[in-house]
Amino acid sequence: MTAPTATGDGLILETRHLTKDFRGFVAVSDVSLRVRRGTIHALIGPNGAGKTTVFNLLTKFLPPSSGAILYKGEDITHERPAEVARKGMIRSFQVSAVFPNLTVLENVRVALQRRLGTSFHFWKSDHTLQVLHGRALELLEAVDLAGHRDTVAVELPYGRKRALEIATTLALDPEMLLLDEPTQGMGHEDVGRVVELIRRVAADRTVLMVEHNLSVVADLCHTITVLQRGSILAEGPYAEVSRNPQVLEAYIGVAE
Amino acid sequence: MSTPDGVQESRAAWRLGIITPRRKRIFFGLLVVLGLVLPYLVYPVFLMNVLCMALFASAFNLLLGYTGLLSFGHAAFLGTAGYVTGWLLRSVGLPVELGVLAGTAVATVLGWAIGALAIRRSGIYFAMITLGFAQMIYFLAVQLPFTGGEDGLQGIPQGKALGFVPLHNPYALYYFVFAIFALGFAVIYRTIHSPFGHVLRSIRENEARALSLGYDVERYKLVAFVISAGLAGLAGSTKALVLQFVTLTDVHWHKSGEVVLMTLLGGMGTVMGPSVGALLVVAMENYLTGFGDWVTVIVGTVFVAGVLAFRRGIVGEALHLARNFPF
Ligand SMILES: Nc1ncnc2c1ncn2[C@@H]1O[C@H](COP(=O)(O)OP(=O)(O)O)[C@@H](O)[C@H]1O
Ligand SMILES: [Mg+2]
Repeated sequence: MTAPTATGDGLILETRHLTKDFRGFVAVSDVSLRVRRGTIHALIGPNGAGKTTVFNLLTKFLPPSSGAILYKGEDITHERPAEVARKGMIRSFQVSAVFPNLTVLENVRVALQRRLGTSFHFWKSDHTLQVLHGRALELLEAVDLAGHRDTVAVELPYGRKRALEIATTLALDPEMLLLDEPTQGMGHEDVGRVVELIRRVAADRTVLMVEHNLSVVADLCHTITVLQRGSILAEGPYAEVSRNPQVLEAYIGVAE
Repeated sequence: MSTPDGVQESRAAWRLGIITPRRKRIFFGLLVVLGLVLPYLVYPVFLMNVLCMALFASAFNLLLGYTGLLSFGHAAFLGTAGYVTGWLLRSVGLPVELGVLAGTAVATVLGWAIGALAIRRSGIYFAMITLGFAQMIYFLAVQLPFTGGEDGLQGIPQGKALGFVPLHNPYALYYFVFAIFALGFAVIYRTIHSPFGHVLRSIRENEARALSLGYDVERYKLVAFVISAGLAGLAGSTKALVLQFVTLTDVHWHKSGEVVLMTLLGGMGTVMGPSVGALLVVAMENYLTGFGDWVTVIVGTVFVAGVLAFRRGIVGEALHLARNFPF
């Protein structure tokens, strides 16, 4: 894979000098990130580097202190979070984000439901949601959860919850997925499954993911951005970044 | 806010087939029959009081149990609607239906105004904002001339339903109130079990996630708040009609606390819980009047004991039992 081009074409997401200051503590500092459409882009870095904060800025869960965010060429710096989601950029969370007391099927259905345009219809019966079950089961099938459709999400093992979360995210058919440590806390088998799933869904989407597992990153990602103490330390394909002496020092030092 | 247990229990009851559509129909059918014959067995005014408070608590539960919002100012809607209806019936001479509708409408608008500001915060801050507004409403009720100040609004005429059914007849009044309750309850039931209700549930379960899926959670919370306020208002208007008076107690924060108590006691996040809680509290207040000020202490004790013994609320515990002893 080639390094990101400097032209605007081909970029789905771009940040310009993005900075987040928490009362004097600069968690994200002057980050200019460029994510090319159709790629899997990794954001790596030691704990506390500011990766999750970058996600929160991109999805508008936090307002930036300065800088700009462009999504598909449009300035979304001052958008509301739900609006960003509706524009097709959907995030996952570092800690698993299922709806614990809804069933597996209902979890996915909530995501599908928005497109019916009846989400404010308090006078309609919820039987009208049954038209979504077919699609919901397809999505669950893709993560091997169809057999658990009536299980309450809270009762799933951790790795399966994360799979459910991905299925829920995919229900929105997002153009761009932001995955915050999707394999964190998973057993080996689940990691393999999720990696395959990401590879599959990324075929016609863009993925920006935070990932600690370097073998996953090496295997999956086209471009890697290394963040350290809020700033970009290096950026490029894995082969290049992994030879960067600064990265070796900063990152491997923590990883060992 | 962590998920209330009553919610888990009623969901489990559905999943395990303890509640089925058929059983549900039979249950509500029996309730309707019971509601129709009960005034011949029990003092109708007591029953009407229970129905009003049950509607009030059920409206409140739409927020607490199904949206995860603890309002501590719901008396504002109950009381305001009561005053508006009372004044319109007494001083303007509006037909009773219009008086009740107008009270409900004013509570709905008030709910919109208060809700729009309150939903910007969550948890204890949300509760405090609603309480703050309710205190302002209380202040207005004390100050404004048309509320009758300390004396309250007395002697509200009951008039005739549909222009010919005289509502001073306790049985006629009872069926009128029963119809209102059934309607309000049906609205709540449908809201809970609607596409909108499912979004509310997801917000209660995980607000950040609902937001990240593209739901403007504040707008959903606001609509829930407005529906809840409007129906609390309907309960207040009806209550004014039943008792023929509205006093400061209807807008006092004690009432806002009482509805929390009824809902928790009966089981928040369950369809029937708030009504059961309301029945219990109104019964205690009614049959223990001989104890004077001690009623509050007794109700408080029952509440503490109830919540300690039945963490899920009465209905929540009943569902839990049914789960372990399926029938
Ligand atoms: N809301 C917040 N308020 C104050 N400090 C925060 C907040 N969120 C994150 N931080 C701080 O910003 C830094 C980066 O955090 P984070 O983005 O979660 O790191 P990472 O995801 O890379 O591990 C940490 O030092 C964290 O304590
Ligand atoms: Mg993080």
